[in-house]
Amino acid sequence: MTILGQISLWLALLVAAWGSVTGVLGGMRRRPELIQSARRTTYALLGLLTVASASLLTALLRHDFNVAYVAEKTSRNLPAVYTIAAFYSGQAGSLLFWAFVLSIFAAAAQWLTPRRYEPLMPYVAAVTSFVTCFFVAVTVFASNPFERLPFTPPDGNGLNPQLQNPGMVVHPPMLYLGYISITIPFAFAMAAIISRRLDTGWLHAIRRWTLLSWTFLSIGITLGMWWAYVELGWGGYWAWDPVENASFLPWLTMTAFLHSVMIQEKRGMLKKWNMSLITLSFMLSIFGTFITRSGIISSVHTFTQSSVGYFFLGFLLLTALALGWLLWTRMPELETEAQLESALSREASFYFNNLLFVGMAFSVFWGTIFPILSEWVRGTKVTVGPPFFNQVNIPIALALLGLTGVGPLIAWRKASPQNLKRQFAIPVAVGLATAAILAAIGYSDFYAGMAASLAAFTVTTIAQEFWRGTTARHRLHDENYALAFARLVGRNRRRYGGYIVHLGIVTYLVAFSGMAFKREMEASLKPGQSTSMRSPYGQTYTFTHVGVSQYERLNRFVTAASVEVSRDGERLGIMSSEKRQYVDSFNQPQFNPSTEAAIRSDLREDLYIVFAGSVAGTEEAVYRFTLNPLVWWVWFGGVILVFGGVVVMWPGAGPTRASLRRALPGYAVTLSAGGRDG
Amino acid sequence: MADQRYTRRDALAVLGGVVVAGPAAAAAVTGQEPQRRQGAPDSLVADLMDPTRAGKLRARVTAYENDPVVVGVEEKIRCTCGCNLSVYTCRTTDFTCETSPAMHERVVELMEQQKSAQEILDAFVTQYGESVLMAPPRAGFNLAGYLVPGILITLVGGALALVIVRQTRMQAVRRSAGQADDARPSASPPGRPDTDEQARIKAELEKLGM
Repeated sequence: MTILGQISLWLALLVAAWGSVTGVLGGMRRRPELIQSARRTTYALLGLLTVASASLLTALLRHDFNVAYVAEKTSRNLPAVYTIAAFYSGQAGSLLFWAFVLSIFAAAAQWLTPRRYEPLMPYVAAVTSFVTCFFVAVTVFASNPFERLPFTPPDGNGLNPQLQNPGMVVHPPMLYLGYISITIPFAFAMAAIISRRLDTGWLHAIRRWTLLSWTFLSIGITLGMWWAYVELGWGGYWAWDPVENASFLPWLTMTAFLHSVMIQEKRGMLKKWNMSLITLSFMLSIFGTFITRSGIISSVHTFTQSSVGYFFLGFLLLTALALGWLLWTRMPELETEAQLESALSREASFYFNNLLFVGMAFSVFWGTIFPILSEWVRGTKVTVGPPFFNQVNIPIALALLGLTGVGPLIAWRKASPQNLKRQFAIPVAVGLATAAILAAIGYSDFYAGMAASLAAFTVTTIAQEFWRGTTARHRLHDENYALAFARLVGRNRRRYGGYIVHLGIVTYLVAFSGMAFKREMEASLKPGQSTSMRSPYGQTYTFTHVGVSQYERLNRFVTAASVEVSRDGERLGIMSSEKRQYVDSFNQPQFNPSTEAAIRSDLREDLYIVFAGSVAGTEEAVYRFTLNPLVWWVWFGGVILVFGGVVVMWPGAGPTRASLRRALPGYAVTLSAGGRDG
Repeated sequence: MADQRYTRRDALAVLGGVVVAGPAAAAAVTGQEPQRRQGAPDSLVADLMDPTRAGKLRARVTAYENDPVVVGVEEKIRCTCGCNLSVYTCRTTDFTCETSPAMHERVVELMEQQKSAQEILDAFVTQYGESVLMAPPRAGFNLAGYLVPGILITLVGGALALVIVRQTRMQAVRRSAGQADDARPSASPPGRPDTDEQARIKAELEKLGM
């Protein structure tokens, strides 16, 4: 079966190379047969990479340990769900997974894009085929999942215990879907700039793709935080690790793009900027893989290291050069169509919003690569950990939180003093009142207090918008409030979906600020012995060690330590944290024992208990008890964010009339032959 | 912190440990004897069935483990095992690591020598170099690390503000010029493009061969 996969990969390499060339040639020379061939290439790639992926999955599920990748990543007693997840758990498999998913997106883009964007499609096919060609080439020449061993081991090495978690079944694919789907907006951007069709048509074509990528990235990052929280056992969800940063970078630039694209649609401004942002987002998605795979910067998430990182570095440089050249040669067509009319306008606030998003992306990037820079310049490698990132990024995040409230309410073109007063009087009052109340009750952390006050301001702006819209509908259409609210959102999905996303962001930031009040302690307890700890809310938790039990499970030997928990004398239940020693099918230990935390969540705080170990092989146990305020709200913020994204993406919430008008032939600054995409 | 409260459960556990688990575990863990003697003087607590599969065995928690100064210092120094975590996070998370407990011991040792938090940090920098700190010290080239993002954002923000002010002034001038033009009789009929616009459209049409 793997020979079929191997052949499919080689054929995919040739077909992708063919598609890259025919797409560009067909588009430039307007040769229908070449254009058709390029489009068919995307479907052929989908077929070939499906066969290759099915071959690898079959090898995994049949435990074909003669295949090096299968032997390295699985074992006979690994549960089926993790055996399937092993497809993308290792480097070679994840590269194939990337190429396979990209082929799905590329085919879907060709299949689903309306005919009015047809002139762009050969170039889109060329770019997606070129990116697929790159991934297949890396897979074939540097990291082949079908490579065979000279012998067949009786069992495999098994999967890293930290990856044997439900979060890891869904987190990597979601993040990959986010990374990979950025290729489609990037391909449209390249198509527009190569073909010189630089009206807003390409922006309309990619609107849903951009939102889809952003939503997948958001889900992937949130699930990654959840996985880190429940699996890594350190009691937090974000450590500014290089790999975490690498996933955050494209999210930041994509978020900036989602805002700045509105200015181009509405006013025909920021054309060069938008083109650069989408390319930067694509490059950062590749940078993420480079960081994860090259091992150039050490990370807790780097499960593999190899030379493939340098393929990615070469690809990044090539993309940057190509974009630079295209921007240089198309400069006149990318001139702005309008000028800012007032510093007090939504456009101006979006300029600063973009500055902060990209500034934050730069500061995260800068901190991530600073150890390498330091080594180059001074010959001394320094460590850039959470203290650095928090110091640099918290003020930027707070400024963004404030702008989240300001941006949507300020008028386009020019805001009048009356407009400002009408929109901001109540929210500013609520924000200031919150700050005053927090100061009065002795809220000790400055940044957390700022976050809460700005959140109150922003939430009030959002609530005000919903309230005004709903009451207006209620008055004008005589609808009851519930119906008016539903129709308000349903008929303005882009606008109100955006507000819901903002609400999700506010929820996230307030929840993050809760970690300023984290409490933790270690204790060694004999069975029956108790210890206590005060929560940030002034309650007293009492932990009584029940005992330690040991038992076998499917592919592991478990040592579970249990604690009876009560809060202010009220019994909350028994919580068990485990040490897991994974074993192969011959009952031989694999990997070091891993730790499973016991977590109890409520709206106020999480109780996070870790069994650190047994004292000298007895039932006396060492525990780490942590109280993490507001963690539940991080996950809930993620749900709100994704819900908002879905509302915006939902079919029917199309481009604005102004932007459609701008896409009409003759409206654009540059007239172009075949300008039918209106 | 620990509340030394003994309950009926405690007594049962002791009894259970002695009667049931004790002899079986004793037979199974002969290899663990040296560690057992070292860390568990209290022989009344029951042994585990198989301590070799329960992860690295631990010593009892002392007051130093929860000491705010110790924790504060350990959060500022990096475990040198390659995990990229602080000593505190590593020793309370990766229970297989041998490095972070050793570094913790060193912190405690320096604390016992009446060293201040800064002196302890300095001692670690002397021993391991600057890279042992979780954030680089704010001096020399490292200042670039801290300041470059802020300076860039400020500079670009300032430039952006200037551009916005310039553009809005130009727009205001254009608007007032337009209002003055409106007051005069129009050179071209309303709805017709002006001369520049006509020239541009003509050039575009010529370029397209139309």
